[in-house]
This record gives sequence, C-alpha cells and structure tokens, in this order.
Amino acid sequence: MDLEFGPEYEDFRQEVKDFLRKHGEKSPGSAALRSNKTISWQKLLIENGYTARTIPQEYGGYGAQPDLIQSRIIAEEFANSRINPGLGGQGISMLVPTLLELGTQAQKAQFIRPTIEGEMVWCQGYSEPGAGSDLASLTTSAVLDGDNWVVNGQKIWTSTAQLADWIFCLVRTEPDAPKHRGISFLLFDMKTPGIEIRPLVDMTLAANFNETFFTDVRVPKHQIVGQRGEGWQVANAILGHERDSLGNPNITLARLNTLIDLMKTETVNGEPLIDNPIYRDRLMKIQGRVMAMRFNELRVLSSQLNKDQDPGIARMIVKLQGTELRHDLEGLGIDIMGEVGLCYGDNPHTRTGGSWQTQYMFFLGLIIGGGTSQIQKNIISERGLDMPREPKVIKKGGQ
Amino acid sequence: MKFGFSEEQVLLQDNVNRYLRDNVPLDRVRTFADGGTDTDIWQGLADMGIPALLIPEDQGGIGLDALDAAIVAESLGYHVTPTPFLGSTVMAPTALCLSGGDHSELLEALATGNKRVGIAFGEAIARRNSASVTVTNTTLTGTSLFAFDADADFYLVADPNKHLFLVDTNAKGLQRRHLTTVDKTRRTVELSYDAVAAQCISEDPSVFEATLDIGRVILAADTLGAAQNMLDQAVAYAKQREQFGRPIASFQAVKHMCAEMAASLEPCRSMVWYAAHALANLPQEARLTACHTKAHLAEVGKFVAKTSTEVHGGMGFTDLLGLHYWFKRCGSNRQWLGAPELVREEAAALQGLT
Ligand SMILES: Cc1cc2nc3c(=O)[nH]c(=O)nc-3n(C[C@H](O)[C@H](O)[C@H](O)COP(=O)(O)OP(=O)(O)OC[C@H]3O[C@@H](n4cnc5c(N)ncnc54)[C@H](O)[C@@H]3O)c2cc1C
Repeated sequence: MDLEFGPEYEDFRQEVKDFLRKHGEKSPGSAALRSNKTISWQKLLIENGYTARTIPQEYGGYGAQPDLIQSRIIAEEFANSRINPGLGGQGISMLVPTLLELGTQAQKAQFIRPTIEGEMVWCQGYSEPGAGSDLASLTTSAVLDGDNWVVNGQKIWTSTAQLADWIFCLVRTEPDAPKHRGISFLLFDMKTPGIEIRPLVDMTLAANFNETFFTDVRVPKHQIVGQRGEGWQVANAILGHERDSLGNPNITLARLNTLIDLMKTETVNGEPLIDNPIYRDRLMKIQGRVMAMRFNELRVLSSQLNKDQDPGIARMIVKLQGTELRHDLEGLGIDIMGEVGLCYGDNPHTRTGGSWQTQYMFFLGLIIGGGTSQIQKNIISERGLDMPREPKVIKKGGQ
Repeated sequence: MKFGFSEEQVLLQDNVNRYLRDNVPLDRVRTFADGGTDTDIWQGLADMGIPALLIPEDQGGIGLDALDAAIVAESLGYHVTPTPFLGSTVMAPTALCLSGGDHSELLEALATGNKRVGIAFGEAIARRNSASVTVTNTTLTGTSLFAFDADADFYLVADPNKHLFLVDTNAKGLQRRHLTTVDKTRRTVELSYDAVAAQCISEDPSVFEATLDIGRVILAADTLGAAQNMLDQAVAYAKQREQFGRPIASFQAVKHMCAEMAASLEPCRSMVWYAAHALANLPQEARLTACHTKAHLAEVGKFVAKTSTEVHGGMGFTDLLGLHYWFKRCGSNRQWLGAPELVREEAAALQGLT
C-alpha cells in the first residue's frame, strides 16, 4: 500500500494550485457554451495543460505524455477549489477520445482542435423513439448514393442539438446484417439540408434536448468513423468514456462540502441546520458513501497504474453508484431547506443559486441517460457476476 | 502509487483463506455454536503466526499493521470463524503497545496465542442504564455488558472516562455470565465487578480511541468478508436453482438484487483498505475514516444479509443452509463498538459539526 504519488507530483500539485490561485477568478461559474469567457478560459486551460492534456499538439492539445496521476491531481485540485475544470460535453468527452483511437488522420486534423477549444459543439445522435436501452435496434438508415450517404430517420433526446455545429450519429447501413453488425458511425454538419430540430422541454423546464429528423441528408462518404457496419464497436468505445465521466467522485465531494457549508450557515428558528440531528445523520450517511466511492476510484486508478492489480467490478459500478449517490446528495440539499428548498429560479430566498433542485433533476437525467440504472444492473450481473442473460421473449404469432 | 496489497499480503490472504476453507467449514462453526470450543481453530491460526500480527518484533511479534489485520479479518468474516482475534490480536495489543507501560510478558503470551484478552468497552461507548463501571483507585465496581471472548484470561475494561484497566479473569470479586445473543459464532459475557483489583493500563483517552478505531475497522473488514460470502452464495445458488423451467439467475428481479449487492459491496472493499491503511499512516484522517467505515459497512452488511437471504427463497430461512450464521455475524458487527447512528454522530463531532 503506497498512497504517495512521489515528490515530483507534489511539485506538480503545487503548480496546479498556483495556477488556480492566480487565474481562478477568470473561470466562468458554469460553462455557457460559446461565451467568450468560456472559450478564453478553455484556451488558457489547454495552454497550461489542465485540459486536453494528452491530446497531441498537432491537434490543438497540450501534448503531454499520458500520466494518470497528473490527471488525477488536476481533477482533485479543480474540484477542491470548486473552479470550473473546462468544457466537457459529448464532443470533448466522447467523440474526441474515439477519434483519437479510431479516426483517420484527416478526421483528427479536422475536428479535434476546434472541438477541444469549444468552437465546435457536437451532439450525439444515438437514441431513437424505438431504440433507447435497446440501442442496437435503431432504424435511421443511410444508403450510399455515389460519394454520399443519404440519411433518413429520426433521433430523439438529442442533447444540445439546437446549439451543435456537428453531430456524431449511429445509422443503419447494412439492413440485412444482424442488428449489431449493420450499424455505422457518421459525422456530419448540422447545417446540412434536410435536418430538422424540434426542441423537447425537459423536467427542468429548459429545452436541453430535442427530436432530430433527417430527410435525405447527404453526408460525404468519407465522414464515417471505422468501417461500414462497425459503428456498434465504435459507439461502445465511446460509451466507456462517457460512463467514466458521469459519477466523478471528486466533484461529488466538492458538492458535499458546499452542502456542509450551507448547513452550517442556514438557520431554522435561529438554529443552524447542522444542529438538527436527523439532517446531520443523513449528511453523515452520504459522506460515508462519498468516501467509499472516492476510495473505489483510487482502486480503479491503482489498477490502471499497476497492471498486476485486478480491479474486480470496481469500474463497472461507477455509473450506477455515482449517479444515484449524487442524486441523493442533491435531494438532501432540497430536504434540509424545507419550503425554501422548493425555490427555483429567481427568488430572494433561493440558496446556492437554486442549484439543488437543478442538480437533483439533472442527475435523475443522468441516471436514465447513458444506459439506465437498470441496464447498469444487467451489465453488472451478466458481466460482473456471470449470471445468464434474460431469454428472448417470443412474440405472439412470431418466431 | 499502489492502492492494493503487497505480495506478502496476498500470500497472507491466500494462506489464511486456505486454512479456514480446509479447517472451518460450516459444520465446524456449528460445533462452536452448539457450545464447543474454538481452541483448535485458534491454535491453527497461531501456528501461522496470526496472533502475533500487530505485536512489535522486539516483543515477540511480527510487527505488521492494521491493513494486514484487516486482510485476516475479512477472511475470518468470510468463514464466520469463531476466534478471539478482535480482542486478543487486534484491540488488546494495540492498547498495550500504546499505553507506554511495560507489558512484554502479556504481549509475548498473546503473540503465541497462549493467552487471550477480551474487550469490555461498551460502558465507554454507549452506557446502558443496566450497566456501569466505577473505579476507586484501581478497584472496579459495577458491570460491563457484552464483553467479547467468553474464554479470555484477562479483560481490557474501559470505564466511562475512557480509562483502560486490565482485569484477571480469576480475580476475586469478578463474575462472568454468558449473554445469549443471535450471533452464535462468537460468545459474549456480562462481567460484574465487586471491588475487583485491576491494573490501570492508560488514562489517556487517545489510547482508548485508537484501540476503538482499529476495533471498528476490523469489524468492518469482518462484515466485508461475511457479506461477500453471502453474495457469492446467493449468485451460486441462483445459477443452480431452477423455477419456471430456467435458472432463477436468469430472472431479472434476481439479477438486480445480486447486482445491487455487488455494486454496494465493491466500494466497501476499498473503504476498508483505506481505513486500515489510514490507522497506521494517515493520522489526520484515521478517526474519521474509521467511523465512516464502521457505519457504512454496517449499512451495506445489513442490506446484503437481507437480500442474499431472499435470493435463496425458503432455503435461505433454514438452519439447514446455515446462511443465518453470516446474517447474524453482520448483525453483531453492526451493533458492536457503536451502532451506525452513534458512530456517524462521532464522525460529525470529529469535524466540528455537532
Ligand atoms: C437528460 C438526458 C439526456 C440525453 N441525451 C441524449 C443524447 O444527447 N443523445 C442520445 O442519443 N440520447 C440521449 N439520451 C437518451 C438516453 O440514452 C435514453 O433515454 C436511455 O438510453 C434510455 O432509453 P429510453 O429513454 O428509450 O428508455 P427505455 O429504454 O424505453 O427504458 C424505459 C424503462 O425501461 C427500463 N428497461 C429498458 N430495457 C430494459 C432491460 N433490458 N432490462 C431492464 N429494464 C429495462 C429502463 O431501465 C427504464 O426504466 C438522453 C437521455 C436523458 C434522460
């Protein structure tokens, strides 16, 4: 057992701390896409290697050798100081890693730089009305016509489609192949003729996601990642990245500390909330769970650094446990506030910017999105515990 | 950086597991539950050097630390092993070594497994109205409840001021009565003191606290092992039991019960490792992680105990299967040395939140 990262890393940690002290105030509170403040903060972070750290310089990254400990220190320090760690989003957290792994030279050169700099915003076109958890049954089609794919069909729940410049999209190109082998992964411009976006208002009462319709959308043939029919594998490479970023325990810890601060200062009948033993016990229960997830993360990190160490199912459970925990934490933030906890939006009594309600709902969204909690449990039981798959239902009158 | 076991620790774990698998099957546990002794098991573990684990080398021990003890505790919990490990190997040596006094004779006897020291801490943690210990000079009067290890040669007794005393089981005025509890894999006693001469070990509350902390982490490790065993049994049973013409493991309700158990138990592993490591190496974090680990494992242990029993259907409820030994072991680990609400309140106090 050796939890020391070593003296060279302590210097590195100090550099990060110094940077945050010096520049922290330039950071945008929350990342409004495309605002000047967001983009210049993003560029400053890249210049200093605090985001896009290992992306090669030729693609606009900082170009450092991959070093998991350095990445971890950066994540810890940004979370501890509660300073914006730079843009995430589906383009940066999902598409860029996939292009780096599976994209052509030309695709990397064209897309990575503007994406990580926040100039090119992406949306993810996977889910369809008939294909959610059972994503592989998607039916949006792409047929080759000369040098173009012609895309027809509908996507749904497309987050940020209304803002996105480009989409990465799963389409069926081999209708006669088995369902997992007939899918391809296309990239195309959202300004291409034939795309219609209809906003869907979600429970936060914002229209964060959309229905996206494609009618004879012509996509140049080379804008495919991987080979024809390999889209499912390409997509799965991405889902791995997405799930890793969903339950980040460093951010959960920072949120917990915000909650503790609030409970110390907010009073009911003149008593600070923290003096209420029931709220305090609920807080401590959550603190224990956060602790367990942080140490779990340490084990995942350690097994990446030490190839002889078996992480068991430590990684497989992060999405399920991390999102549920965060949802519970945000829910406590609402409960302790009583009626004030209902405040949403502009109201003189709103605390912490109303973020408890927003995040409570947002994390319910994350419990559902990116593979629901039930799908996570299927994965844990089938791949983690080697339990058999559910037998196929035989439809009435069918085979 | 490595958050995991050394080669020696893996070896230790393998050896203890092998010994327990071969020598402490459920039938052996039942013999103990029916009133038999644990001396042969303890002797076997002593032959492997287990009782000497935490005792410094210059006192006849091996000088390992809390993480090694947690590794052993996890295996003991996995096999619901009756042993005096918690008191004699973990808590008593910790207190004796921290006390600053010369206890070399007793430590050497503990290291070989020849002597056993039980723990009577309840009155310093959560004193009930039916018990209390009062001390005049070094004479004890009153009662300690749920002292564990019914066969101890000495007891380490804490009074409400967190002072520690060592009492010889044969001392005049000491009475020992068995307390029947649900957990038949261990035996607890009520100690009553009628002006019993005792040796003061420490009046420094931090010695009591450090001893309590390691005891709590070791109980958490025991729960980790016990709960893992219950999960393993549930998954194995589900794969083999058939209903409606298919293994019940293919029913999603059953799969999800198992997945939920696995998902809540897996982070507990890291939590126990970290808490044990912190005891010896991260003094600022040690107390808080010990409290949270004790409380969190208590909750997860309770959930796994219930759910894994349900996966077995009626069979889970039988004595024949014996799953209840693990169920109750998790139950007593939960209550001993501070139930979760109490321990969480301590965690809050440690952070200045009370
Ligand atoms: C906030 C948010 C943002 C999103 N953003 C995007 C995006 O940008 N791009 C995109 O493509 N998609 C996006 N999604 C869609 C998301 O991936 C799907 O909602 C999700 O995969 C579930 O699919 P579904 O909505 O069709 O639900 P369904 O699959 O119909 O599920 C309904 C219920 O049935 C359960 N269920 C389904 N199958 C099983 C099974 N085999 N076993 C057990 N239970 C099952 C589910 O767990 C759920 O409880 C987003 C969703 C949300 C909530």
